[in-house]
Amino acid sequence: MFLINCPYCGERDQSEFSSGGEAHIVRPKQPTKLSDDQWAEYLFMRKNIKGVQFERWNHAHGCRKWFNMVRDTSNDKIHAVYKMAEKPPVK
Amino acid sequence: MSSDLRVNNNKFIDQTNQISFKFNDQILYGFKGDTLASALLANNIHLVGRSFKYHRPRGIMTCGSEEPNAIVQIGNDPSLTEPNVRATEIELYEGLEASSQNCWPSVNFDIGGINNFFSPFIPAGFYYKTFMWPASFWEKYEYFIRKSAGLGKSPTKPDQDVYDHRYLHCDVLVIGGGISGIIAAKMAAQKNLNTVLLDDKNSLGGFTIFQNNENFKINNENSNLWLKKEIETLNSFKNLTVKTRTSLAAYHSYNYLLAKENLTDHLSLNERKDKIRQRLWKIRAKKVIIATGAIERPLIFNNNDRPGIILSSSIKKYIDYYGVKCGQKISLFANNDSVYETAISLNNSGVSVNSVIDIRDKSNSSIAKQAEKLGIKIYWKHIVVNTHGYKKINSIELMKLSDNGSGVVGNKINFECDCLGISGGWTPMVHLFTQSGGKLKFREIDNTFIPDNAPSDQISVGSCNGDFELDDIVKNTNKSVKEFLNTDNSEFDNLKVICSKEVDKKNIWLLPSDKPLGKTKPFLDFQNDSTAKDVKLALREGFKSIEHVKRYTTTGMGTDQGKLSNMHALGIVAETAGVKMGELGTTTFRPPYTPLTFGAIVGRNVGEFFDIIRRTPIHDWHVEHKAEFENVGQWKRAWYYPKENENMHQAVQRESKAARDSAGILDASTLGKIDIQGTDVSEFLNRIYTNAWSKLEIGKCRYGLMLNEDGMVYDDGVTTRLGENHYIMTTTTGGAANVLSKLEDYLQTEWPELDVYLTSVTDHYATVSICGPSSKKIISKVIPGLDLSDNKFPHMSFKNVMIDKIKCRVMRISFTGELSYEINVQSNFGKSVWEKCFKAGEEFNITPYGTETMHLLRAEKGFIIAGQDTDGTMTPLDLQMNWIINKKKYDFIGKRSLYRSDTIRENRKQLVGLLTDDPNEVLEEGAQIVSETNKKPIEMLGHVTSSYFSPNLNKSIALAVLISGKKLKGQKMFVPMKNKTIGVTITDSVFLDKENKRLNAEL
Repeated sequence: MFLINCPYCGERDQSEFSSGGEAHIVRPKQPTKLSDDQWAEYLFMRKNIKGVQFERWNHAHGCRKWFNMVRDTSNDKIHAVYKMAEKPPVK
Repeated sequence: MSSDLRVNNNKFIDQTNQISFKFNDQILYGFKGDTLASALLANNIHLVGRSFKYHRPRGIMTCGSEEPNAIVQIGNDPSLTEPNVRATEIELYEGLEASSQNCWPSVNFDIGGINNFFSPFIPAGFYYKTFMWPASFWEKYEYFIRKSAGLGKSPTKPDQDVYDHRYLHCDVLVIGGGISGIIAAKMAAQKNLNTVLLDDKNSLGGFTIFQNNENFKINNENSNLWLKKEIETLNSFKNLTVKTRTSLAAYHSYNYLLAKENLTDHLSLNERKDKIRQRLWKIRAKKVIIATGAIERPLIFNNNDRPGIILSSSIKKYIDYYGVKCGQKISLFANNDSVYETAISLNNSGVSVNSVIDIRDKSNSSIAKQAEKLGIKIYWKHIVVNTHGYKKINSIELMKLSDNGSGVVGNKINFECDCLGISGGWTPMVHLFTQSGGKLKFREIDNTFIPDNAPSDQISVGSCNGDFELDDIVKNTNKSVKEFLNTDNSEFDNLKVICSKEVDKKNIWLLPSDKPLGKTKPFLDFQNDSTAKDVKLALREGFKSIEHVKRYTTTGMGTDQGKLSNMHALGIVAETAGVKMGELGTTTFRPPYTPLTFGAIVGRNVGEFFDIIRRTPIHDWHVEHKAEFENVGQWKRAWYYPKENENMHQAVQRESKAARDSAGILDASTLGKIDIQGTDVSEFLNRIYTNAWSKLEIGKCRYGLMLNEDGMVYDDGVTTRLGENHYIMTTTTGGAANVLSKLEDYLQTEWPELDVYLTSVTDHYATVSICGPSSKKIISKVIPGLDLSDNKFPHMSFKNVMIDKIKCRVMRISFTGELSYEINVQSNFGKSVWEKCFKAGEEFNITPYGTETMHLLRAEKGFIIAGQDTDGTMTPLDLQMNWIINKKKYDFIGKRSLYRSDTIRENRKQLVGLLTDDPNEVLEEGAQIVSETNKKPIEMLGHVTSSYFSPNLNKSIALAVLISGKKLKGQKMFVPMKNKTIGVTITDSVFLDKENKRLNAEL
């Protein structure tokens, strides 16, 4: 059970949050120009890294804001949290 | 009580306070402070249960939570009884009734004991190998297996006790109230940290508190006296909370821990009334100090499971703490020095120790020498090769160990004893450390796994960290805690600790015997009845991973989770397979550390508190009018309103007919409602719905279909434009929360440039829906000034109106296909508006209808319900709703997916209507559809999603999804049921009023 530092509210229990999967997948601006394969790449392909992973989280039972989180999936260490429009931290 | 088994040597047990209790219906006596186990031993009762597989007699083996055998059923009332409780953990209370488990007819004469003689035929994996064939017989086998392998009986009634959950936040959590835990807690408290100290026993002190032995001194006092004074000093700290009877169950990441506090289990039954039984603490600690101690290991030799064979340290606790002799003629068998502490304690209490059998060649420790001086006979380099006595041990056989330790030599020595203490060394309790994600390292010298890398802000101290000698424990605890808490506290720096040091070590995982392994029963896991032989068999059969060996042999899978057995299993596997133990690793330690009651897990979330119940503002009216309710998500929705003697079918038929003949009224308050404001709302709606929204005028409504990005239908509903930049969206009842989340997600992450604000207003409005050809007349009575003519207030439009000075929004929208109005009003006026409408409609036979009729009416029209006729695999094209897709729009969620190779396949399942050959035959929802009946295997082509008897068409109708359904209209298909096959014809999905004339039809 993590302790997550919501960039808007501060440290809160994990039970207040929901996870939204891999971060920094941008919805294509011109989907009609993509082949089936390219669209499928956006639609279905997600990484499941053992190690440092960039994830989307939502403070669902709090401020309802989405934000990004850098988490090591092997030991659940949270290395950073940052707001949606912000650039991901460099390793 | 056998008073000859009691000694009065301490202040832990109140021997003036006698308590009566029952065990297997026999009335017995013990004292306040006893556990059930100590009281039974004082009554010379060793035989407590039968083993799991072979039904061998088993007795009390330990004095704590690691107990594998003495598992009992508490309470005689079969409706409220509690199974699988460890006798070593139950504090004796007046009125306690306990009985043995897993035996029939009684623990003394157990029919299942015959399994013991068949044991050569019941090896590891027996059940997997034997009951595989024929497969259809499994259910019969299972009945008998479950019966014979039972672990107690479940109560038949709901738990009567109250449990609760609480949060606890602290700077430092210390787990374990032994000597190192007490030192750590005191140092934390002295540093002014908010500290909590937990212990699962009823008092602090661990094993040291009864270590009254001159070989163990701190500052010139016996260690027990020194520790007692330290415990007394803890009371002076206001920032230190001590919780006894509280066992740590789970240690999760980020120092989040769960602990169960027993509040009433030690009280007599009449003292428990109106009290909370157990409390689950949800703890978030900044720092954690684990001081959970160590558990003594058994030794693995032939027939090492008889009642009367007890861990040596437990015998010491029974005599020194409880004042109970485990026997009158006790032998001890060990591979280490701690056994001599027991020997000296027994000797001091006047119990004759007739021998100590020591695997080692010698011992140079001070306590071994003292034991020898006391005249206790020590058999060096000997081992026990067999034990005798069916219901209790009565003699043992020893032999000399060969020089290389792999066999036995010389003649057998045979002598009597009524109790055998065993000690195979110590295992640090690293369960919590590894639960938290900590990595272990293997220490060769004493074959222990000890903590290595901790994942969070924590340390392990004392014997759970691998320090077994008193001076190491005190010195290293002090040093570690100073560093961990960054404190310069010097109180424990210069303690003078004297203790006996163990130097000579020898460990043999599986002790040799004069008989081959096949002829002996060296038990590893006492609870699950697995032997060393089973583990070796698993290895021979090709299992290599320790996790597989564990599951195949069930070693370590009992309710004790192998606290005693796991190390030996690892040792024997490593030895047999020829790998190093450090490389083999351990099995996974999973929470809870000791079993939790379901009550503690669920806390107060039972009965009406299990989940939130949402009721509409009109709910009371439905109750008054005898509605039956249906759960829709968390909502209670009126399902149907049976009149006298009506069943559900009759009520629904009547309601459905009335709604189309004249007027029906429905409480639609549960529909999700999202208030949307901002300058970019129409663009936003364009992106989330499949159809076009740019031209929706103020005052108009539009139906929209929302897809997932994969093109599948997600939700639907009507959105109304209330003003220039103000809209209100409705969603399905069940989908409301998810739709809001999804919209928020896109707004925040994909389209932050859009000026759009979403607010859930589901609970703010009550919705009264009136449909039917008389509805216009009813509305004109309720809202007299409103022009209801079709050109002033057409279908799919809305008006702001006043009803009795209350602002309302009236939408002319229809989910039934009838002329229909929906009045939205602030929740607290919902019931009064409903009543007003109902009164106005009485002359038109207005009929309240519930969700069942609503579903029937919309099915007659072929309207889908997202979630019933769709299941996350249906595109709008599959639903034949091509009309709602605006192909000119540049993009919307899911658009690109509508022409992926998979979604444009012609043989997808598509929505169709079904008419049964016999118009009175109503199909079952979920029934399968096939094209021919004789073929095997039969191919499933689709299934029924909605099915009703339509009173308005006077025939059965159904919606279904069917492969290539679009092309199959008019064709015959079959719906095979258990006893018959129903013929059906595929039709259009709209059964009634295809021209939509009824939307404007008035009476």
